[in-house]
Amino acid sequence: MNTAQAKKANPRKGLSPRQWIKIDASGMYYKDLNRQIRGLAEQGARKFDLQNVYGQRYIGTNLWATERDKIRIRVHGTPGSDMGAFMDGPEIEVYGNAQDATGNTMNCGKIVIHGSAGDVLGYGMRGGEIYIRGNVGYRVGIHMKEYDDKIPTIVVGGTVQDFFGEYMAGGRIIVLNKFFEGNPPVRQSYFIGTGMHGGNIYFRGDVNIEQIGAEVNVIEPTDAEWKIIERYVHNYCKAFDLGERKVKLLKREKFWRLYPKSTRPYGMLYAY
Amino acid sequence: MLTAQLPEFNVDRDEDRCIQCRVCERQCSFDVYGYDVQNNVMIHKEENCVACQRCAVLCPTNALVIKENAYTYKQNANWTREAISDLKKQSETGGVLLTGMGCDKPHKIYWDHILINASQVTNPSIDPLREPMELRTHLGRKPDSLEVKDGKLSFPDYPKVELSTPIMFGAMSYGAISYNSFKSLAQAAHEYGTLFNTGEGGWPKELRKYGSNTIVQCASGRFGIDLEYFNDAAMVEIKIGQGAKPGIGGHLPGEKVSEHISLTRMIPEGSDAISPAPHHDIYSIEDLQMLIHALKEATDYQKPISVKISAVHNSPAIASGMVRAGADIIVVDGLRGGTGAAPKILRDNVGIPIELALAAIDTRLRDEGIRNWASLVVSGGIRNAGDIFKAIALGADAVYVGTPALIALGCTVCQKCYTGKCAWGITTQDPYLTKRVNTEIGTQALVNLLRAWSLELKELLGCGGINSIESVRGNRLQLRGIGLESWEMETLGIRGAGQ
Ligand code: SF4
Ligand code: SF4
Repeated sequence: MNTAQAKKANPRKGLSPRQWIKIDASGMYYKDLNRQIRGLAEQGARKFDLQNVYGQRYIGTNLWATERDKIRIRVHGTPGSDMGAFMDGPEIEVYGNAQDATGNTMNCGKIVIHGSAGDVLGYGMRGGEIYIRGNVGYRVGIHMKEYDDKIPTIVVGGTVQDFFGEYMAGGRIIVLNKFFEGNPPVRQSYFIGTGMHGGNIYFRGDVNIEQIGAEVNVIEPTDAEWKIIERYVHNYCKAFDLGERKVKLLKREKFWRLYPKSTRPYGMLYAY
Repeated sequence: MLTAQLPEFNVDRDEDRCIQCRVCERQCSFDVYGYDVQNNVMIHKEENCVACQRCAVLCPTNALVIKENAYTYKQNANWTREAISDLKKQSETGGVLLTGMGCDKPHKIYWDHILINASQVTNPSIDPLREPMELRTHLGRKPDSLEVKDGKLSFPDYPKVELSTPIMFGAMSYGAISYNSFKSLAQAAHEYGTLFNTGEGGWPKELRKYGSNTIVQCASGRFGIDLEYFNDAAMVEIKIGQGAKPGIGGHLPGEKVSEHISLTRMIPEGSDAISPAPHHDIYSIEDLQMLIHALKEATDYQKPISVKISAVHNSPAIASGMVRAGADIIVVDGLRGGTGAAPKILRDNVGIPIELALAAIDTRLRDEGIRNWASLVVSGGIRNAGDIFKAIALGADAVYVGTPALIALGCTVCQKCYTGKCAWGITTQDPYLTKRVNTEIGTQALVNLLRAWSLELKELLGCGGINSIESVRGNRLQLRGIGLESWEMETLGIRGAGQ
């Protein structure tokens, strides 16, 4: 029996799963912070309110020995990189910005960011949902993949940067370009979906052909896809209390679907 | 397709011996044989032959000899037959040439230029048959110093793995190799008390019972990864590079992604499994540090984390960075390291021999005083116990073997793994072919190999009057060079024979 199984068999109980437990993270090393959360979760706590978070990495990563799908974490401040890396179930809400590699190779769960997020968000993501109110950096959604009913989803309220959805193998990313009308993005992104061989990107606003990778097609979303977009835009508005913006955001003619021309982009590269 | 190629091999059938049983036709997965019913003779398409020798071995009357084609172009040291055929293939297709297995070019094999010492008179040799010999090996960070507190030895306990012999099976993914081959590796590692490596293609659930003998990989494609995957294993390896194709990613073609592989990798059936060239969350040593520690967090600091790179020109500096970034084990795969599929141009031209990289890295880490922070595992070109002994004396803690394990399972190094048609049932997913590896026989063959090499390692130890492999680690005085230039001996850190 490995540690994970051992811990599952003998959960230490005691703390209430309903009570929000406040942890002041100021000056705390990430290892200690994450250990503390895990220790409390092993005793039955499920809700954590982290105050004064300042760059601590890997929040949400090591909760595998607990009932992780019920854990909720609120982060006040700025979490460090790799927040929710390999995460498998918890829900994290960040009242601020997030750094790089948020949701790295995440398996399931939910991340809601009330600000913007850095580079490499959702790299290799395999399940769960990430909502970002604002913008994201470079290399977001690289090599996301899906299997069976596990379809990872990212909703970006603002803009994305270069290499967005590169090598994408599955899942969906919705980019709302919320500030598109009247307030154009600071810079246009390029190399969108380079090497894409699965999944879908739904882009609100125009994309020029020179912005996207050679492996990508652009068409209008189908009716079924529009239903999905509606659902996630609804979730997005709800998460950030933007109910009044929903009607404005949901103009079907503004959305484009970016999808791979082939699931075998590199099949013709080799001699016999 | 009409091709301007000469067949590479000839099928020489002794018609007097042949009984037209059609075994060769059924065994050949490359479509060489056919049967002419009217005339009751076997017919050949020699241009398809890859010299895997499956037919010759299985022919009940020994009627077949597969030979190199005697017809050749005019002898030319520059324009060899290989050079001409490769060029023709490319002019016919416009594509990149693929190949399998490790580099087959005659780059210097340093193992063959290194000789081992033995005791005579001044220190007695030891007979391993009568006296205990220790091959047990621990991988992971070792403490900087030991302290005695209240009469007890005290030192930090870093996560480690224990091997009964310093030989592990290197990364070969389920997908690149067949399920039966993969399972044989797992079972043999379990039986002999060593580790096998899943490669980057996930880890079938039913094999997790061998977890304490399993290394799982986290590669750029992140296939089949979740928290259980890490925590069920003994060790987690971040794969940055591979000796056969440094600096590029992997590509398992869609036709190899069967139902069970799709389940194991957690990707849809029939879709290409593409591993990007770099990890897109690692563009620097600092980024590597971030992933190493993410994995430590994900495994609650219970498992050693290793990082695998291919041997390249500045490996020592990179290795130093890897160790400082927190790797507990660093793995270096040399120029001759094998592969299921790689562009030939990379396999044969990129990287450096493992012997030189190993010695240079060990020296560098010693000079910096951080050698104990990480174990050093090498691979790529190990062929026998002598190579292993020399690798350990040059500074390695253990070795990974890939090709030797496949040869034990039946492989004849025909280099056609990339076609997915391996006639020996190893690097294929065709159910008709995969049956050819029997897991019981395969496991036994691999255990035999580990046992034989371990016995030989003990013989080599004994002849040098040493009773523990630990005393050979980095003990370069056990080695002498022959036929080497002075810069080579300097890099290897050894003296010449007779010196
Ligand atoms: S296996 Fe041997 S005996 Fe049988 S048909 Fe082939 S060459 Fe003839
Ligand atoms: S594994 Fe099979 S295809 Fe690859 S070299 Fe060995 S025998 Fe040939």
